[in-house]
Amino acid sequence: MGKAVGVKLIDEYGRRHDGRLPDQMRPVRMRINVLENADGSALVEYGRTRILAAVYGPREPVQKFMALPDRALLRVRYHMAPFSTEERKSPAPSRREIELSKVIREAFEDIILVKYFPRTAIDIFLEVLQADGGTRTAAVTAASLALANAGIPMKALVAGVAVGKIEGQLVLDVDEIEDGSGEADMPVAYAPDIEKITLFQLNGVLTREELEKGLDMALSAIRELVELEKRTLKEEYVSTEEV
Amino acid sequence: MAQRTIVTPGDKLPGDVEAKEPYVVEINGVKVATTIGLLDTSGEKPVYIPLQSIYVPKKGDVVIGLVQSVGVVNWTLDINSPYNGVLPASDFLGRPYNPATDDLSQYLQVGDYVKVKIVAFDRTRNPLLTVQDKGLGKIVDGKILEVQPSKIPRIIGKKRSMLEMLKKETGCEIFVAVNGRIHVKCPDEDRETILILAIKMIERQAHTTGLTARVQGYIEELKKVKGVE
Amino acid sequence: MSLTPFKVPIVPELRKSTILSLLAKGLRTSERDLVTPRIVKVKTGVIERAEGSAQVELGNTKVLVGVKTDVGAPFRDTPDEGVITVNAELVPLASPLFEPGPPDENAIELARVIDRSIRETNAVDRKSLAIIPGSKVWVIHVDIYVLDHDGNLFDASMLATMAALMNTMLPDYEELETGEIILDRSKKTTPLKINKKVLTVNIAKIGDYLVVDPDLDEETVADTRIVVAYDEEGNIVGIQKSGPGAMSREEVLKAVDIGREAVKIYFKSLEEATGRAE
Repeated sequence: MGKAVGVKLIDEYGRRHDGRLPDQMRPVRMRINVLENADGSALVEYGRTRILAAVYGPREPVQKFMALPDRALLRVRYHMAPFSTEERKSPAPSRREIELSKVIREAFEDIILVKYFPRTAIDIFLEVLQADGGTRTAAVTAASLALANAGIPMKALVAGVAVGKIEGQLVLDVDEIEDGSGEADMPVAYAPDIEKITLFQLNGVLTREELEKGLDMALSAIRELVELEKRTLKEEYVSTEEV
Repeated sequence: MAQRTIVTPGDKLPGDVEAKEPYVVEINGVKVATTIGLLDTSGEKPVYIPLQSIYVPKKGDVVIGLVQSVGVVNWTLDINSPYNGVLPASDFLGRPYNPATDDLSQYLQVGDYVKVKIVAFDRTRNPLLTVQDKGLGKIVDGKILEVQPSKIPRIIGKKRSMLEMLKKETGCEIFVAVNGRIHVKCPDEDRETILILAIKMIERQAHTTGLTARVQGYIEELKKVKGVE
Repeated sequence: MSLTPFKVPIVPELRKSTILSLLAKGLRTSERDLVTPRIVKVKTGVIERAEGSAQVELGNTKVLVGVKTDVGAPFRDTPDEGVITVNAELVPLASPLFEPGPPDENAIELARVIDRSIRETNAVDRKSLAIIPGSKVWVIHVDIYVLDHDGNLFDASMLATMAALMNTMLPDYEELETGEIILDRSKKTTPLKINKKVLTVNIAKIGDYLVVDPDLDEETVADTRIVVAYDEEGNIVGIQKSGPGAMSREEVLKAVDIGREAVKIYFKSLEEATGRAE
């Protein structure tokens, strides 16, 4: 897809192809309450990557036999819009989307207080409107905001970011060009308030030292992302505060 | 202002905070907020008020249900909760009921609003409903407004102050159900519009102080604009 | 769409408390310590008709991997490289939890984790698989067949995949003047070129304990699992947190270190079975 052949991805001053420093995020935007029908919703952008999240529930599961007697059932769909990529993506779920739906669901199983809503379903729908790298981690951030916006009790807010290795260097928040020719891509989701890593993958090769350094890069960026989540949630109320 | 702060999921709260599960839980011995809420430290004890909540049925609650489906022996009602309510035919009709001769859709149809009371609920089975009490039954006139269930206490106000003010200023009859549905009956359309706008204002500003006076001022202004006495 | 599993094995409460109280003493129900895998058996060449095959037993877990080869077109962005596909089938005969039907999210996750480990490390030399660069290349199909499920399908499948690839012999072929390739599957003389050996270690977090190679009971009671892939130099060549639950930063790093030691046991079994000391 985005293979940049012969293009230097890090220049002599340590700047990346878009001018960022190795530990710099792309511009991040967060908004909540963007959809009318959903119980909670959020729009999250990491640069050109744009994710729309909607949460429905807790509600009666569509298929009753799925209901769990002691907790709420989570349903997660990570899906890419056909127009989100360079070449049209078939709207049918790919193996990649099936796997990512699973790891994103598992990132929230221990975060949402599911035991208070037995026999119900909580649905998290994630649409990648535009893909430019880091879609699964931006999707986790969007899901966290949409859940909070829906008023679903959760232990902590979660955010995600990917650390990559390009031209031998660890870099934060890889975009598609960097991912396409990088040596490693490590998506991480983390809940800073309870210090728990809830999603963790690595595609590619890292030494033990690089792994630790990369993980710490991701965790410190996520602390800032969650702070921004908190500000975004509060602003919804502050804007109507009396003067 | 420092006495009321907005908190978000994961924020740590004072150990003696007054709040209900699941809006505040204990994680590793620390009280933690699980939803967006307001921490009020103006009183003797800090209080946590959720700004978002999900209505969980409680025995004795009077709620407004929307008929979702008509069964053979009962109706299923959406009560703005994760759990749908069940209203038995024999309860509604107040007499023994024969599925062979009675057609339930003659009495309540999909889309009808019904004022009901919750008889039993334990999360293992859907809440059981009744209309056998004063003022309960099918709602035949007026309008139903929906608000976040967490905003209901604010619409009622301290010692019903907000609700009484709304009734007095608009001349409407208002019934506020805990599941976030409000039944209003107004003398005319202008007053209904004013009431709806006022309730929307309360919903939006539920977390702010001095709200009753501001809403009253807003209603008076609207009345002037619309030329309502 | 991914759903919270509503069909899960039932572990009796008594068994659960046994597992936990044993862990507190540094022991497991399967009579081993926390950092040692179950007994591993690797056999290669078990399916004669396949170009490569291997069966792995990891305790009571049994996985069979068959490799079939075909000639096909390369991907557009890698015209001079062969194609490798990995597919996993959780065959219904292997467990009461498995249902007939297309691969579910667990099977897809298993296949993709193994696929990534061999792809990202270039474990199979894809360049050596070009027959006519740009138009005809070898397509290597790796099919993972789970035969008996007693936990940790990741390590058993990875080990069987690696052993089967090392066991794979490409069929002879004839290139016609038209550019057509005619295979002669009766003669298999060219071994598949392996650049690197890669294996995974699955580590479960149960309470405050990290255990290597969880069996099914341990997986069922585990808070979460992390699967780490390593090469022989000890580099980390893939990671997947699998399952609900979460881990702290320290637990993740500790798991990676525990796995780095444990993987040596798997590499030894692989070497013994394939006899290809490289």
